[in-house]
Amino acid sequence: MSTIFTLSILRSALELGCIYALVALALFLSFRILNIADLSTDGCFTLGCAVGAMVTLSGHPVLAFFAAMGAGICSGFVTAFLQTRMGVPSILAGIIVNTGLYTVNIAVMDFSSNVNLFACETIFSLAKEKFSCDWYGDWYKLLIVLVIVIITGVLLSLFLNTRLGLSIRATGDNEYMVRASSINPQFMITVGLCAANALTALSGALLGQYQKSCDINLGTGMVTIALASLIIGETLIGKGGIPRKIIGVISGSCLYRFIVALALRMNVPAEALKLVSAIIVAVAIAFPYLKEKSTFYRQRSIHRRIRRKEESASVSH
Amino acid sequence: MLVIDSVSKTFNPGTVNEKKALDNVSLTLEDGDFATIVGSNGAGKSTLFHAITGSFFADNGRIILDGEDITYRKEHVRSKAIGHLFQDPLKGTAPHMTIEENMALAYLRASTKKHACFSRISRNEKKKFQEQLALLDMGLEDRMKQPAGLLSGGQRQALTLLMATMVTPRLLLLDEHTAALDPATADKVLALTEKIIAGRKITCLMVTHNMHQALSLGNRTLMMDGGHIVFHVSGKERRKLTVDDLLEQFRVCAGKRLDNDRILLSR
Repeated sequence: MSTIFTLSILRSALELGCIYALVALALFLSFRILNIADLSTDGCFTLGCAVGAMVTLSGHPVLAFFAAMGAGICSGFVTAFLQTRMGVPSILAGIIVNTGLYTVNIAVMDFSSNVNLFACETIFSLAKEKFSCDWYGDWYKLLIVLVIVIITGVLLSLFLNTRLGLSIRATGDNEYMVRASSINPQFMITVGLCAANALTALSGALLGQYQKSCDINLGTGMVTIALASLIIGETLIGKGGIPRKIIGVISGSCLYRFIVALALRMNVPAEALKLVSAIIVAVAIAFPYLKEKSTFYRQRSIHRRIRRKEESASVSH
Repeated sequence: MLVIDSVSKTFNPGTVNEKKALDNVSLTLEDGDFATIVGSNGAGKSTLFHAITGSFFADNGRIILDGEDITYRKEHVRSKAIGHLFQDPLKGTAPHMTIEENMALAYLRASTKKHACFSRISRNEKKKFQEQLALLDMGLEDRMKQPAGLLSGGQRQALTLLMATMVTPRLLLLDEHTAALDPATADKVLALTEKIIAGRKITCLMVTHNMHQALSLGNRTLMMDGGHIVFHVSGKERRKLTVDDLLEQFRVCAGKRLDNDRILLSR
């Protein structure tokens, strides 16, 4: 066992898990709460990474996060605008924005397909310089991402219980009720999508500084991965209040990264990683359904056995 | 006071499916009036409600509520002043949110402050919600933290009624709100409705397929057919009217028999 679960694997899985948890939280907000499949997530993730990387390159690693979030808000606003003011169906709006973002991302990266940050300061290198004590050695990265993810989770949980947050939740929960209350569903969808995309972009910026590079294809498949994290979390933690669900999403994301790390450790070639991801996602989504099915089959077989016993008993009499 | 001034609405104009749902409908409801509306399916009752709430806009005519022209107001703006209950109990509450959160949403109408959107439900408000729920006498006051989706249809409809009237609306629209409930629950919800409306003198319009209800509730009865209000009775005349008279009246006014099973069965 110890050869498979080394401490460094656990650590890097947790680090990546926390970074990608922000995208999962974004999907939790758009997909679960607002009931909108926001397919611009892939492009928005890259956008966050690209904007973050460019601002970091110019020497402002902390400002990079806010710039990325601002860019994410703009992207979310465009998606919401198409949906609420232009009558574009929500899935199409996401796909359109995603397509457009490809060009925007290339343009942000100064028309090259990748940017590297090896030469400049990131939030991680800054932290390493500032707190150079021995006791946490290699754990400083995890500490940073953990702090960011916890702050985000707490803020999101608080936000969803404010009046505005309640209105956003109602918008995704019961359209009729919202229309009969004094809530403007268009405004709520706009606010929700802006917030969700800000989180996605923040995640992208964080990943860019973490791996010290940004690539135009970074975001490919991000929706699927985030969805998998979301569903793993829901299966694991189950239903409950908003804070409980948010904890579920974050731990689901970490667990997903752990499974991927394990697969890599099992000598799965790097080229096969996308396939492995897809399989994990499919299994994670199918799992709750299969569980329900298996209960049905078990009950049926028990029922049949009892019937058979009764029949044989009545025959022997 | 609600004034509906010659409102018309045609669906799919210029096509073979053209349907004149409302044809020059005019109606005035004084403050505190409680009018019931009867009519067969497709008579324009729901269309009239939708025109009032703003689900769609009237083709022409004006709708004036308390002196304010709301004909082209957006739906969510109007709903600050108009309470609306649907026939389907599932439509009135958000199933995945707790009872308390649902009530907090309904209470949003009351808040006029701009910056109130980032505030949370206060303890005082929770207490207030609990007191109001206790009035329903359904034991809901002890289930504040449970999702509304766990409630039965009758409980959900009672909750919706409470939510619609928590901030007294200037107009309450009831669209057959007891039709999907079992008879005992329907009676309970109806009694509650009467109590709330009478207690606060809410101006109210109610669609019903129950002829008995149409005459016993409120102070006015309207009959609709083919997008027109074909019969209108109130006061002394209404008190003398029986269910059979009403059915006969329909035959005279609409020129046909009331062939709706639901209406006949609910005599």
